[in-house]
Amino acid sequence: MAELVLSARGMSRRFGGLYANKDVSLDMHKGVLHAVLGPNGAGKSTLINLLSGDLPPSAGEILYRGEDISGWSPDKRSRAGIGRSYQRTNIFPGFTVFENCRLAAQSRAPRALRVFSKAVSFADLRDAADRAIAQAGLAERRDVVAATLSHGEQRQLEIAMVLATSPSVLLLDEPLAGMGPEESQSMVALLKKLTPDHAILLVEHDMDAVFAVADVITVMVAGQVLESGPPDQIRDSVAVQEAYLGEGEPDDE
Amino acid sequence: MPLARKKTRNYLPLVLLMLALFPIFGSSYYNELIGKIMIMTIFAMSLDLLVGFTGLVSFGHAAFFGVAAYSVVLLSPKYDPGNLLLVLPGAVFTGAAVAFVVGLFVLRTKGIYFIMVTLAFAQMIYFVFHDTPLGGGSDGAFLNVKPELRIGEKVLLDLNEPMQFYYVVLVLLVVAYVFLRVLLRSPLGHALAGIRSNEHRMLSLGFPVFLYKLAGFVTAGGIAGLAGFLSACQYGFVTPEILSWHQSGNVLLMVILGGMGTLNGAAIGAFAFVVLQEVFSALTKHWQLLMGVVIVTVVMVLPGGLSSLPARLKGLLIGGGNRNG
Repeated sequence: MAELVLSARGMSRRFGGLYANKDVSLDMHKGVLHAVLGPNGAGKSTLINLLSGDLPPSAGEILYRGEDISGWSPDKRSRAGIGRSYQRTNIFPGFTVFENCRLAAQSRAPRALRVFSKAVSFADLRDAADRAIAQAGLAERRDVVAATLSHGEQRQLEIAMVLATSPSVLLLDEPLAGMGPEESQSMVALLKKLTPDHAILLVEHDMDAVFAVADVITVMVAGQVLESGPPDQIRDSVAVQEAYLGEGEPDDE
Repeated sequence: MPLARKKTRNYLPLVLLMLALFPIFGSSYYNELIGKIMIMTIFAMSLDLLVGFTGLVSFGHAAFFGVAAYSVVLLSPKYDPGNLLLVLPGAVFTGAAVAFVVGLFVLRTKGIYFIMVTLAFAQMIYFVFHDTPLGGGSDGAFLNVKPELRIGEKVLLDLNEPMQFYYVVLVLLVVAYVFLRVLLRSPLGHALAGIRSNEHRMLSLGFPVFLYKLAGFVTAGGIAGLAGFLSACQYGFVTPEILSWHQSGNVLLMVILGGMGTLNGAAIGAFAFVVLQEVFSALTKHWQLLMGVVIVTVVMVLPGGLSSLPARLKGLLIGGGNRNG
């Protein structure tokens, strides 16, 4: 396979006596879209929080380009190229779509000491913002205040902001949640377009979308990896079917 | 970011002109009062940078104002005028340096804890000056001769002259205002606005949020130090009271009264507060009671502060509920 970018080795996270993630190992390669499936409470969001640094792991290693980054702060990981989106929309509601993305791009060229320059005057940041906005399909909404966007559009903005930071790793926490069918389709198309240049981790409930875009699927149950492999293997896996059907849990509640 | 900026901008030259011409008509009492309002405006604007623009509700801002005021006395010779070029930057630096040290600790906390810890630090500094002979203890200390700017034998600026002092205050007010406006549109200013809006997202976008907050805190401390310098020069003495939590509370009230996150609001708040204080304390010894009523009324009727009044009235007249005010 292609270049290994980010990987977890025996990663665990405990909340009191409860393991939200237990001995999780997975690899993310450039050009590979790695989807994570599992019923609610399987530890998918915890997995993303551990990789992004929002939560420190209780045990295990996180390797980014061969370096153990498990002690790094979220902002340091982000600057290194690990970008993430949130399951619950996490934007700057009072800013325009453009300013949301421009500020995101600014994190790559902070220029904090250029006190006498206008933030909006830097062409590189404006271009990066506009590129991200166009990619996420929000070009027409560029100058709208983010709080007034529809829920689906806010989800698109969520992705646009990550893209504006030009990350090499994308950790996407249910990007399709709350999107209409049309928006979903264009998001799936965007994911396909982004895959060649990024290592993507996709947590998603929408099975159709996952099987349409994923190169590798990892199924998690109760904080542990149940099975990992190409989509065909997962589809036919007895263990996965048992996990989903056996507990009487439909895939997308 | 404020959208309705144009309207307020237009009044600025007029306000500036009025302030510049005021001493021609005003008596020395009113000149001093306006001087005080301008000094408090600088102080309130520095706090607005934290409260209104960065989302850091500091309840210990008097500490930076106060230590800077004390530094003026300590940096000036006892019976000769201090050198303005030394004392002024010294005071600003003192305010900024104390803010740096305090910021290293308090900026690790959030919300209500931040309010409490800033208050605690300010009270610690208050008691350092109150209980040690460093600045004359609880009696305070006199600035016998105010600083002057002198080149060779020629005295260019003498802060002992009330007229010269008035215009120095006015010029420094303009400098502080312009500096803050420029700062707020810079990348740093936009990052601070981002921290106010959504600190968590700023972190995940890769901003070292702590350092940004520290930069804002130190800047605010330095500008508060500028106000402290002017205050010491206006009155010619300093007491521990200027470091006390009353002072921190007053400046916070000015910002809230005028409207947070607008800078202009800080000026309106400082003006309203000082004038009301003057009027009420002439009426009764219990002026704080009346002040309290005014503040509660403004906060309840005008959540955006006095600076939102024009937009609010306009909204009422047109009949639409303009809530952006």
